[in-house]
Amino acid sequence: MSASLNPAAPAAFPICENPAEQFLRSDRMPSIWCPGCGIGTTVNCFARALIKTGIDPKKVVIVSGIGCTGRVAGYMHLDSFHTTHGRAIPFATGLKLANPGLTVVVYSGDGDLASIGGNHLIHAARRNIDLKVVCVNNLTYSMTGGQAAATTPRDAITATSPYGAYEPPLNLPHLVAAAGASYVSRWTTYHVVQTMKAMERMLTRRGFSFLEVISPCPTLFQRRNRLGDGLDTMKSYKELGATRHNANLADLDMTMGGEIVIGNFVERDRPDYLEAMQAHLRAQLQEQYVDPYEHAEAESALELGELSCG
Amino acid sequence: MQADPRAVLTGVHFLNGDQACCEGALAAGARFAAGYPITPSTEIVERFSKRIPLVGGVFIQMEDELAASIAIQGAAWAGKKVFTVTSGPGFSLMMEHIGFAAMTETPCVFVNVQRGGPSTGLPTLPAQGDMMQARFGSHGDYPCIALSPDSPQECFRLMIRAMNLAEEFRTPVFLMMDEVVGHMTERVEIPAAESIEVTPRRLTEKAPEDYLPYETETSKIGGSLTPEMAIAGEGYKFHVTGLTHDERGYPSMTPETQHKLIHRLFAKIDTAKDRIIELEEDHTEEAEVVVISYGITMRVAERAIQMARTEGIATGKLRLITVWPLAEERIRELAGRVKAFVVPELNMGQVVLEVERVTGGRTRVIRVPHAGGTVHKPEQILEAIRRGAMTVQGAGA
Ligand SMILES: Cc1ncc(C[n+]2csc(CCOP(=O)(O)OP(=O)(O)O)c2C)c(N)n1
Ligand code: SF4
Ligand SMILES: [Mg+2]
Repeated sequence: MSASLNPAAPAAFPICENPAEQFLRSDRMPSIWCPGCGIGTTVNCFARALIKTGIDPKKVVIVSGIGCTGRVAGYMHLDSFHTTHGRAIPFATGLKLANPGLTVVVYSGDGDLASIGGNHLIHAARRNIDLKVVCVNNLTYSMTGGQAAATTPRDAITATSPYGAYEPPLNLPHLVAAAGASYVSRWTTYHVVQTMKAMERMLTRRGFSFLEVISPCPTLFQRRNRLGDGLDTMKSYKELGATRHNANLADLDMTMGGEIVIGNFVERDRPDYLEAMQAHLRAQLQEQYVDPYEHAEAESALELGELSCG
Repeated sequence: MQADPRAVLTGVHFLNGDQACCEGALAAGARFAAGYPITPSTEIVERFSKRIPLVGGVFIQMEDELAASIAIQGAAWAGKKVFTVTSGPGFSLMMEHIGFAAMTETPCVFVNVQRGGPSTGLPTLPAQGDMMQARFGSHGDYPCIALSPDSPQECFRLMIRAMNLAEEFRTPVFLMMDEVVGHMTERVEIPAAESIEVTPRRLTEKAPEDYLPYETETSKIGGSLTPEMAIAGEGYKFHVTGLTHDERGYPSMTPETQHKLIHRLFAKIDTAKDRIIELEEDHTEEAEVVVISYGITMRVAERAIQMARTEGIATGKLRLITVWPLAEERIRELAGRVKAFVVPELNMGQVVLEVERVTGGRTRVIRVPHAGGTVHKPEQILEAIRRGAMTVQGAGA
């Protein structure tokens, strides 16, 4: 794929397209994201993961909430939904239950998914509904100006923790795994190959899958905490990132300047929501059950003596 | 398009309003519902959860009303006809997603079986205190269609109508029931499926490359102001956002785009209001006093009207089956002729504010407020009718 840099052949200089581009709405570029922001890096990984899986893009739907990361849906050349703050997961749940043939990706920020939308995150994991959730965790509410979030590590300076944060942050992999997710990973935007592979895995497996990508917000979080620019952050992710697939999930708290435990922590099989629903209703109702996803002639619903008298 | 006979329980039944509402939803083609339990609305989805596996569809009980009110919209974009049900506290939680549905033009129905409020209020007792919340509850400006049934039979019929209007105009539609109508059991006749008219989704037939998600026939005289819809998974690769958006569905945060979009959202309902507004009138032509009300309160008022007539007061009835948009023109017409309007409601005065505005002081408007918890006594309404009849015409209000 790499461009020929042979100066002897300038006329035939091949213009190499970024393979991610086919999945981007080029008519909406440039994006709103700042230089050095990690969100674009994750989108690049995502586009490459889509290519790798060979999945039909027609059947991939992306749902975002609100935030800088929430803008991802709007830049993807897919059926895409930019919903309300915190509610991408329940919107995606409706899409998936209405048409299980869709590959439904939820792409949003830490504030969106884990704070205002935290309850939905827990319940989607519990149901093991087949959603592929990418959470870009920049440790803050960026879009609104970098306030303290439920994920902000202790001592971090933010717009609403000017003397440093003192609340304990949420450990997302631990939370989501405890709630029942069947796939849980955490990487950083330095670990692009691993991030892409995790996305690829999520796209091809069934059940609730969750990927946390630790990502810089150079404009707000990095700057306020004197962590340098995007490049400095990449260096720190490289140094602090400790790959431990079998880590004890309780030990994954994020701290300022401390180790960032990364890895593919959980992968387990358990019936997803749709399997459970269909198997259970079929067992209970036998031939009376009308599979909502079968377009065959449905059973007569008129013989409902018990119901018809209210 | 006709109703699917597999989902229609044709025959004569004895149902409460909640159950009848569920049957209306099924007849109208609803194949996805999400909800969170709350009295006095729960029976609607309880029945739906029992019926839908036998018809072919999905019910999911979500973790809260925020989730329920947006899950239905996800399902709508995957092609299902959808609704959710709730009551006061849950309705408050749904507000943000009512605005989202209005802004993104997502067809969906919100059923509110009203109970006494504010806050937890009277969970098992009636009120009509959410009428203004239905009209204005979500932030920003958007139009509203709200229907109010007065019997289980009408719960069935108006739920079908609500689902149909939601599809035709791609807008959230409210079925504003109340606890009494929801829990009263009466004869409900469900007609044959072939006599139930069901509005299909306004799906686009354009090829993906020719399709603009929010393009309408704005410039064509008599053209539809409701855009055609595509559903997810068919290759249209469309974008939907709650941000102010252009015809491509792309965010465009300029005063010009906002102006164009919001004006069209209003115009699509406004230009069709004659079709949307449904009224029931009785003796309004020769009346000196007209009672204007809706839902259960009009059934109570009925008795007061009879009593007034036996006293020799020419009393008319104007029942707002469609509450929003308000039947402004009809009210204005009558205002020029009658001595007084009497407006009983199970709230401290909500729809009456609009009646007063429309009347513009040309006719006396008498409020008959009630804090809720039970219905009015007919005598309270009769007393107001008597006062109305004694109004010296031309003396203003
Ligand atoms: C109901 C509601 N509350 C608050 C906001 C304001 N708001 C917009 S984005 C955002 C935070 C987003 O943070 P996160 O999800 O972490 O995304 P990031 O911008 O960091 O990528 C907030 C609080 C909103 N849009 N809606
Ligand atoms: S504010 Fe932060 S998160 Fe938002 S685009 Fe800029 S760098 Fe990225
Ligand atoms: Mg964030």
